[in-house]
Amino acid sequence: MKADIVIVGGGPAGLASAIAAAKEDSTLDILILERDHELGGILNQCIHNGFGLHTFNEELTGPEYAARFEEQLDGLGIRYMLDTMVLDVDSSAVTAVNSNEGVFTVECGAIVLCMGCRERPRGALNIPGLRPAGVFTAGTAQRLVNIEGYMPGREVVILGSGDIGLIMARRMTLEGAKVKAVCELMPYSGGLKRNIVQCLDDFDIPLLLSHTVIDIKGKERVTSVVIAEVDDHSKPIPGTEQEIACDTLLLSCGLIPENELSREAGVAINPATNGPVVNESFETSIPGVFACGNVLHVHDLVDYVSEESGRAGRSAARYVKNKGNGGGPVIQVKNGSGVRYTVPSTVRVNELDGDLVIRFRSGNVYKDSYIDVTFDGGSKLHRRKPIITPGEMEQVILKKEDLDPAPSEILIKITEN
Amino acid sequence: METRELTCINCPMGCRISVVMEGDDIISVTGNTCKRGFVYACNEVRSPVRTVTTTIKVTGGVADRVSCKTKEPVPKDKIFEVMEAINQASCKAPVAIGDVLIEDCAGTGIPVVATKAVFPA
Repeated sequence: MKADIVIVGGGPAGLASAIAAAKEDSTLDILILERDHELGGILNQCIHNGFGLHTFNEELTGPEYAARFEEQLDGLGIRYMLDTMVLDVDSSAVTAVNSNEGVFTVECGAIVLCMGCRERPRGALNIPGLRPAGVFTAGTAQRLVNIEGYMPGREVVILGSGDIGLIMARRMTLEGAKVKAVCELMPYSGGLKRNIVQCLDDFDIPLLLSHTVIDIKGKERVTSVVIAEVDDHSKPIPGTEQEIACDTLLLSCGLIPENELSREAGVAINPATNGPVVNESFETSIPGVFACGNVLHVHDLVDYVSEESGRAGRSAARYVKNKGNGGGPVIQVKNGSGVRYTVPSTVRVNELDGDLVIRFRSGNVYKDSYIDVTFDGGSKLHRRKPIITPGEMEQVILKKEDLDPAPSEILIKITEN
Repeated sequence: METRELTCINCPMGCRISVVMEGDDIISVTGNTCKRGFVYACNEVRSPVRTVTTTIKVTGGVADRVSCKTKEPVPKDKIFEVMEAINQASCKAPVAIGDVLIEDCAGTGIPVVATKAVFPA
């Protein structure tokens, strides 16, 4: 089998990159490989609203947002295969398996990695206690409630205040469960402010910051969890333990980009994001292999995923046409104090598709501070920000003409007042 | 006089806003650091509304549930009545996005519409 571009994953990143590639060059043969039985990825179970404010200027639910993209596929001649699991990726071929074709290989000119991310499970959290039924990741519970129509439990404690945990606190409450508490290990929530107000405050669900679960009790089914306050080093403080009776513990403790295929292929991974290292075109360390969406770095807003994936798709289309990679200056993008990572890591000025958008996350909460951008040590931008939190992705936009002459290094840091 | 405490949701700052009310009249708004916070606080104390998103039972389709939403936001204190009405209802496949599944949900005058398509089994 052959295709010009193979897209691994048919969620929001895969859909947006496929559409953008087809619009860039309508002659390209584009194939999406999706392991689920429908396109749309995680959007299908995100039935709450709040999607699309940036992209469509209206508030859509997840399935509606996905449908806006799916509608465009046929008209653009984009092919897709469902129930198809990709097994292996290399620089010019993708090997996959499904029930109709068995194992097959697609030779291709470019690959876009759009595998998304997965939740950190109980096994990765080292919570002591027994192994009863009733412990779910928040996303698993979301699938059970919203797609399958099953309630995972009636009395719930949630560990972690990421957005999925907050959304599920409201969802379980609406369906008649009692959510007794949301515990967050850090002194701040990792979720969006709007979710804390509309999912917790609206229903009087307590958010316990600097708290964690130190024991899970129950033999067959969870009967209670023990929570405790933690100190500055995340160690439980003796004497602060309290036992909460419940039948369900939901975990919303972070998302990990799903890069098994990328690692196998030899793609360089950034340890700060657990996603590939990419340049301005979202091209990984392997020429012709691109990455975008949550497999690259975990986003808070799908609108940003779509925008970024559009750039990746257009880059892949251009790569197939002219194999790109002309000469010209290459800028290293570095993260300084307070900044955990940047995407992209390098910029080839000649390959820039419009303005340069650099996205990053802070490592802590900063109030009344500054985002500083320096070119080879000289100040380029000094922007005051009332608040910067790790839960909300930040960005700086640099105009293409600002990069002429190109510096050899762009540094982004946070300066406290 | 009554004082209402709110958290602004317009940006990550999450300003704590105090609104002093005399009946339905707003006497003062304090704690906001920008104009958007003022507007949010006024709307939130006068008539807080929320869009309810949930699922509804579907028969004869490839899925057992279809996601849905109130077409417009409903008064916040009607949320559980709206949920109860939706959980009592069901619909038949095929369902298209935007199909009205309940005309007037729980006396709010607001319809419930499908947010996903369900094809017949």
